Amino acid sequence: MSAAAYDLVIVGGGPAGLTAGLYAARAMLRAVLIEKGAVGGQVLLTDWVDNYPGFPEGISGFELIDKMAAQAARFGLATRLGAVTAMELGGPVKRLVLEDGGDITCRAVIIATGARPRQLGVPGEEEFTGRGVSYCATCDGPFYRGQEVAVVGGGNTAVEEAIFLTRFAAKVHVIHRRNELRATRILQEEAFANPKIAFVLDSRVQRVRGGAQGVEGVDIRHNDGTERFLPVTGVFMLIGTRPNNDMLPLAELGADAQGFIPTDGEMRTRLAGVMAAGDIRSKAVRQVVTAAGEGAVAVLAAEEYLHHSG
Amino acid sequence: MAGDKVLHVGDGDFDAQVLKSDLPVLLDFWAPWCGPCKAIGPVIEELAGEFDGKAVVAKMNVDDNPATPGKFGIRAIPTLIVFKGGKVVEQVTGAVGKAQMVAMLKKAL
Repeated sequence: MSAAAYDLVIVGGGPAGLTAGLYAARAMLRAVLIEKGAVGGQVLLTDWVDNYPGFPEGISGFELIDKMAAQAARFGLATRLGAVTAMELGGPVKRLVLEDGGDITCRAVIIATGARPRQLGVPGEEEFTGRGVSYCATCDGPFYRGQEVAVVGGGNTAVEEAIFLTRFAAKVHVIHRRNELRATRILQEEAFANPKIAFVLDSRVQRVRGGAQGVEGVDIRHNDGTERFLPVTGVFMLIGTRPNNDMLPLAELGADAQGFIPTDGEMRTRLAGVMAAGDIRSKAVRQVVTAAGEGAVAVLAAEEYLHHSG
Repeated sequence: MAGDKVLHVGDGDFDAQVLKSDLPVLLDFWAPWCGPCKAIGPVIEELAGEFDGKAVVAKMNVDDNPATPGKFGIRAIPTLIVFKGGKVVEQVTGAVGKAQMVAMLKKAL
């Protein structure tokens, strides 16, 4: 009855999208996964994933994604490369506009567009991105062999990557605006025991300074009002994420103040036939394993919707 | 295979293959330990096929070839640089999408 080309379109190819793709392909839905760049998402920024069950020794972020993509491909998941630039999600036939000007119609959508590292927003940050300012310790850590670097942030990602960076850097300064870290206990203990990690707590980075050769250091303001210059050649900004939501109709989806999308427990957004899964959801916990679980739940909700609206 | 069209460049042949190339060159600085670099690998291979004869699409492993990335101040990967007539005309860091790579190359044609 409907003129839609697909039953289901999954937007985004990280752990949520790939798991949704696996479930959709196994359920033999007419489904396609659209990814703007290359599959993977933020887990690619992680060197090692130690808390995804089934891998007792841990697994690299890339290898985990590679396996997820291969598993979805085994069941015949169709994928398409290209960025989605706009979505019309209101009616029974949804329309997604692609960057090449083409469009795709479907009856249900799973939004799994994820999030990306947040910028600190201080002077010098943009100017020196790629020349000392980094958002990916795994990618860029090896450029800092024997050098002193700073990590900005106090959560799991910041502390985990600070520990990772000690493989290369002579010293890693963890700069955090509160007087205690937010990271989980086991990570904190590992970091405190590492002689290459120094903590600069109760402090904020005010500016990234550098010259023709790249970053030379950061201006720090301590919460007691004192200031100092910390000479480092690299600054890793690991202060959380912001949603990849440029292509989403935020008002219709009822996005929260940060731009994440609320859903119910079945991953249904407030628009019929539109689910969201993974880091794009408005929620507290952002882990690979929760993203994967949400991708599965979203497909089951999509199937139910398709069944009842068919 | 489109993958066969990607040129692998090292410090030794960078001048000859990239700076002295008659065609514009998109050079992808990568390393085996960089997840995003590996993730954009297939896109680079697609580009090499699509731009065959019009531009050179090349990769350089920064682990094996430290001199060239050092010369260009590269401290983050993946970094993509488009060279034309021996000069840098476009440069971007991070796993950007295919459309952005195509746009960078088209500007240099």
